[in-house]
Amino acid sequence: MISFPLLLQSSISGLLMGGIYALVAVGLSLIFGLMNIVNFAHGDYLMLAMYATFWANYLLGWDPLVTLPFVLFIWFFAGAATYKVVIRRILDAPMVAQMFCTFGLGLFLRYGAYFFWSADVRKVNDNLLSGILDLGNIYITKAELVAFFGSFAATALLFLFIKKTKLGKAIQATSQNKEAAMEMGIRTDKVNAIGWGIGIMCVGLGGVLLATYYPVHVYSGWMFSLISYISVALGGFGSFWGVYLGGMMIGVIENVLGTVFIPTFKMVFVYTTFIFILIYRPKGLFGKF
Amino acid sequence: MERILEKLKTYKIWGVILILGFLVLYPWIFTDPHPRHIMIILLMYVVLGQAWNILGGYSGQISLGNHIFFALGAYTSTMLLLKVGMPPWIGVIPGAMLASIAAIFIGEICFDLRGHYFAIGTLGLAEITYIIFLNWNFVNRAFGFQIPILKNSTYYVQWANKEPYFYIILTMAVLVVAFVWKIDKSTLGVYLKAIKEDEERAKSLGIDSRRYKLLAFVISAVITSFTGTFYAQYILYIDPDSLLNLEFALPIIIIPMVGGMGTVLGPILGATLLIPLAEYARTTFGGGGRGVHILIYGLIIVLLALYEPKGLIEIVKRRFGKTFKLYGDGSSALFGENDKS
Repeated sequence: MISFPLLLQSSISGLLMGGIYALVAVGLSLIFGLMNIVNFAHGDYLMLAMYATFWANYLLGWDPLVTLPFVLFIWFFAGAATYKVVIRRILDAPMVAQMFCTFGLGLFLRYGAYFFWSADVRKVNDNLLSGILDLGNIYITKAELVAFFGSFAATALLFLFIKKTKLGKAIQATSQNKEAAMEMGIRTDKVNAIGWGIGIMCVGLGGVLLATYYPVHVYSGWMFSLISYISVALGGFGSFWGVYLGGMMIGVIENVLGTVFIPTFKMVFVYTTFIFILIYRPKGLFGKF
Repeated sequence: MERILEKLKTYKIWGVILILGFLVLYPWIFTDPHPRHIMIILLMYVVLGQAWNILGGYSGQISLGNHIFFALGAYTSTMLLLKVGMPPWIGVIPGAMLASIAAIFIGEICFDLRGHYFAIGTLGLAEITYIIFLNWNFVNRAFGFQIPILKNSTYYVQWANKEPYFYIILTMAVLVVAFVWKIDKSTLGVYLKAIKEDEERAKSLGIDSRRYKLLAFVISAVITSFTGTFYAQYILYIDPDSLLNLEFALPIIIIPMVGGMGTVLGPILGATLLIPLAEYARTTFGGGGRGVHILIYGLIIVLLALYEPKGLIEIVKRRFGKTFKLYGDGSSALFGENDKS
């Protein structure tokens, strides 16, 4: 039988990982809320951010924390550009076309990365965030802790931005009712582009923080797309902190059940949770619709 | 007027005869193994795409889990062959039965879900199957099974040259295309199209949407499992990574999408374009297997979603639609509407 310290350790590791899932999921949920499009390429932007961190570290010797502002800046514009070039044209397309479009975009990014950098697993060298904290019987890497609090801080900032600023209110208005927002003089096209920018910026932040301790790999993108989608489904579309909690719960479920049963079955538990949620509570735990 | 219609009819028939004739003579025209192999894979994907099309194309339920049935067909016939010595000719039947049970099970779980929920639900079940197969001793985990090579043996569905495989898959493709054409014209086809257009409205008109979706899914699963058995006997090696991986299963979904979902010609068109293209990309840039063909798939899907969301069939229809009245235009006969979006 599993010992209590091990259970505690796995819950805490899961919670810390869940912070990243949550941040990525919040970005996905923001985009979905604005234009009703699920971005299946979401995790692939995260994968690219991880690669950016790796290459900046490997070629230029930059610490991930130095890379961070550059990635945030570039990813914001990459997101907005994705909207301008691709997404804007499929806003009114049938759902199937929207789904295939973002899915195809993800394939394109993933296999582009695969083509240039192969499927080798890479790791960022020791950096400012390396090191392990010993809390009695529980061990946490500094990087995990920083990633967790960083993602929490970013989510809180995003929340304040959406609730307090004018632009944030425009985002809220657009996600509630696009036509009405347009009549009120909100340029929904611009709001959508900013929404994509912020959503992808969240992913960029998650990617840089993750790269400090997590192996960099081409396929991790697709996994994060799915996990963030599942977190959103678990938390419930339309609920900001619900989605955040959903991401944390997925992290804990994955880690604890993986430790108690078989680690290779981690994702099985995640998918099973997802299917149960869809059957018994289709609007998610905290969802409004 | 009637004479013109007669003439159009013969045009169409001549077209079909010409293509079929070419396909029947194909092994004589191309004697090298490589073009034959490409054609076999192409026809296999016509069958798989067409099977997917029955549910995904006609009723609009995007299943990302069809490769489960493919794997079930392949594993069942192979394991029965290896453990009991049952020839695959009979082994396809339990395979198809298992696949239909799986389809009913998946359908029962997922058919309440709409849109992308359904897609990710089926994908989740497929991934669960993948992980279980990777770790399950009974199916030899990640090692999979290798079918011992015998010399020409019709009894055990093994031949040294590719011709018999070619004719088997050609027969399957012709039968499945004819079958889907029949569905397209049948009541089931009309119901499925109605479900695709507006499921709630279809329900309110008294269509038991769940039942017809399930029926379509089971038909799709049975055809897919047959193809799985064929694949196992053709390649003689099966493992979870090559059967249950989403990357491997991608063409099943992409081919009907590229050609035109919910049309009989769509998967044929899609496979004819994509499979040789993928093969070309693989042989040209493929040093180290760097997945260029999937990169190209991604690009094609994005471009199609942007410019021709109903698939390449639309271009063909615009060009030749007036000369050849093409089958299965994807519009709902029940509501009497042609949506032009």
